[in-house]
Amino acid sequence: MEPAIELTGITKRFPGVIANENVSLTVERGEIHAICGENGAGKSTLMKILYGMQPADEGTIRVMGQDVHFSSPNDALAVGIGMVHQHFMLADQLTVLENVILGAEPVLRGGRIDFETAGEHLREVGEAYGLTVSGDDLAETLEVGERQRVEIIKVLFRGAKILILDEPTAVLVPQEVEELFRNMRELKAAGTTILFIDHKLDEVLEIADTITVLRQGRSVATVKPSDVTDRDLAELMVGSELPTPATTGSTVTDEVVLEVEGLTVLDEDERVLLDDVSLRVHRGEVVGIAGVEGNGQAELVEAIVGTANASAGTISLLGDDITARSVRHRREHGIGYIPMDRHREGLLLSAPLWETASLGHQTREPFAKGPWVDRAGARARTELIREEFDVRTPNVDVPTHALSGGNQQKLIVGREMSADPVALLAAHPTRGIDVGAQAAIWDDIREARAAGLATLLISADLDELIGLSDTVLVIMRGRIVATLDPATLTPRDLGSYMTGAASQEASG
Amino acid sequence: MSTGRRVILGLAAPVAALVFAVVTSSIVLLISGSDPLAAYGDMFSHAAKLETLVDLLNRATPLYLAGVAVAIGFRMNLFNIGVEGQYLLAFLVAAHVGSLVSLPAVLHISLILIVAMSVGGAYAGVAGVLKVTRGVNEVISTIMLNAIAITGISAWLIKEWQAEGGVRAGTTTRTGTTPIDDSGLLPGLNGVVEVFTREIGQGKELTGVFVIAVVVGVWYHVFINRTVLGFDLRATGINPFAARVGGVPPGRMIVLAMVLSGAVAGLIGMTELMQTGFYPANPIQSLGFAGIAAALLGRNNPFGIAVAALIFAFLDVSSGVLQFTGAAPREIVVIMQGVIILAAVIAYEIMRRVRERDEARHASAAPAEVPA
Repeated sequence: MEPAIELTGITKRFPGVIANENVSLTVERGEIHAICGENGAGKSTLMKILYGMQPADEGTIRVMGQDVHFSSPNDALAVGIGMVHQHFMLADQLTVLENVILGAEPVLRGGRIDFETAGEHLREVGEAYGLTVSGDDLAETLEVGERQRVEIIKVLFRGAKILILDEPTAVLVPQEVEELFRNMRELKAAGTTILFIDHKLDEVLEIADTITVLRQGRSVATVKPSDVTDRDLAELMVGSELPTPATTGSTVTDEVVLEVEGLTVLDEDERVLLDDVSLRVHRGEVVGIAGVEGNGQAELVEAIVGTANASAGTISLLGDDITARSVRHRREHGIGYIPMDRHREGLLLSAPLWETASLGHQTREPFAKGPWVDRAGARARTELIREEFDVRTPNVDVPTHALSGGNQQKLIVGREMSADPVALLAAHPTRGIDVGAQAAIWDDIREARAAGLATLLISADLDELIGLSDTVLVIMRGRIVATLDPATLTPRDLGSYMTGAASQEASG
Repeated sequence: MSTGRRVILGLAAPVAALVFAVVTSSIVLLISGSDPLAAYGDMFSHAAKLETLVDLLNRATPLYLAGVAVAIGFRMNLFNIGVEGQYLLAFLVAAHVGSLVSLPAVLHISLILIVAMSVGGAYAGVAGVLKVTRGVNEVISTIMLNAIAITGISAWLIKEWQAEGGVRAGTTTRTGTTPIDDSGLLPGLNGVVEVFTREIGQGKELTGVFVIAVVVGVWYHVFINRTVLGFDLRATGINPFAARVGGVPPGRMIVLAMVLSGAVAGLIGMTELMQTGFYPANPIQSLGFAGIAAALLGRNNPFGIAVAALIFAFLDVSSGVLQFTGAAPREIVVIMQGVIILAAVIAYEIMRRVRERDEARHASAAPAEVPA
């Protein structure tokens, strides 16, 4: 029997990188095939090519033994390939059923949508693959794991026999990951071929039948999980030993840099998003915030940087009450900010790098001289960031969108670190970037910590959180529910606190 | 990408749009039974005359100001459709205030210009404040404010302020506000031009506002590209969320952009006011809308808008001669203007894609030179 997918000699060039170079990949029918590699190794690009979102510059694609050419995802769907993206694409105001049929609606005469047939079909798909969802729920009421299930059903509903999952576990807590893996096994039992991207090696080893490792755009190995250890995989991925986030020795001082006292944030409907949160970050300390996404960490960061209003409580920086101060005041007085969504809050995509590197610091040297933009100074500083933080770009005048995700993130980290902040808000500083860049950013945070930086770290990567932090706070439903010591904490325990399975009286 | 190639790519789109417009117009002319070559010949030989050039610049000056006014909004993703109402209201109030006082020339002229800019800025600012405090889309509010300014306030105030028995303009008498004393009128530039050429005849006078337009253009370039405030404005236009966490107050920037846009719009009517000295019952209209076209064709770039304003002005002044020589119906000019704008929008999009592909190719060759 021919393999489900055969990629041969795929090459794709991009601004700043060769994303894929002569990549070959064979996926057998009915297997779970993992694609591992650093970000920028070309995993996402390869999947986008396979899904018809981007054309390959060279190479051939064979699906079930047939040569295919995709010019859009519809072509890929037509031969049974469906993709679930890392960022979910559900319309919040529609029900699960409406979301599932969106764009593929069964239509009755007169243009009416045949919800009955659609609902029937949805139930069939759900039963066949062991995926349970309620078609009548509004998408906005779903948990992250449920949203993902809806996304998977969406492509199965369209007849996909080959599923591409782009970093499906990135947004899930450990318990949800187990649920996803259960689903994946059932899908496999029902004959579905699954291709999935993942950074996390323990997960890959647990679920995959075959693993292909990409490095710098090339496929470097295809292995069976029984033949390798996570260490072997890591070395294949980076070409050297895997770095760890662990910090050495405490540099915590008793000087409070950032103090949050009784902070409460309400949304427009007066619902409580952040409830009486108090915390202190000292000079040389990293305080980690753990929590399932959507439990108030975004609001905490926004309130501190000044884009969300505190309805009660105070925020102080070096003893000065900044609760009522503007964002600019706070930034100028030393609050560095690595936003959780770099495209939305961190970058000016169509502007040159040196302008993006100015953002947030544009009123200060070397980016400005009085009211004037200092173009030479800004370029020189960006050049410095490029060298020190290893931002790979031909020059600092290329538009920001031309950089790969990891390099964009390094630019943001470099921009914030090089401005000598006194307090750093780092929200998911290494999300979606490769092991090499991740290690570099960890080093940057460690160095700054040793030099006295107070860091508030928010991350969904529990190893990162435990490894880097001096104290870990768990946030749930807008409240700090636990204060934990990372020295004795395992990711598994932390996951229990985050989901409320374990609890502790807040003590800090 | 080399600078040369970048410049060529930048120019390719507007040039392609012009060529396309000429070809389309030629086809239209042929179908309607006119000789395109004769028509174009008439247009160019007419435009080559010194007096026509003065007309052309007089026409291009307010168009340019309108283009810059619109472009300031565009730079922040604000679509100020209200330039029309802003300039007419500013024109009227400045004409009235100017007629009330008698001052030394410098003070008098400055007062009129400041009033015009203040009124335009304040009126546009209303749309900005509405957007910030009430979330009203500026397109909707400026359309409404246009109606209020033009058919409402101006129509009422002109009755309040109009001169008894009309205003004498040359040999005719027109309805309008009380004329401003000569001290309030910006002198024309004929003297300057005539240093280099012959005397300008037919009673044509190159407007002194031309100099103001040049100053506004230089200011716009420096402000947008070289000041922190201009950076804040552009950054907000590119990514309002990133600008916000970068310390740019979004509300203040919206109001600022609208006020600046309106202040420049306020100067549009000065070309006419500085020449005639009063606000007539029927002032030149739709310059605000023409400004949108100039900003589009000129890509919000101070130099590009100037070229666009000159092209549109050339077509405007040519329409008269076509009617006169009978080589073609004058409406062909309107068709050309429309086609240019449509073709420009399409050509810019094509060039943007070409440039992105270029950048991709250029950048993918780069990693070798970068230390790993």
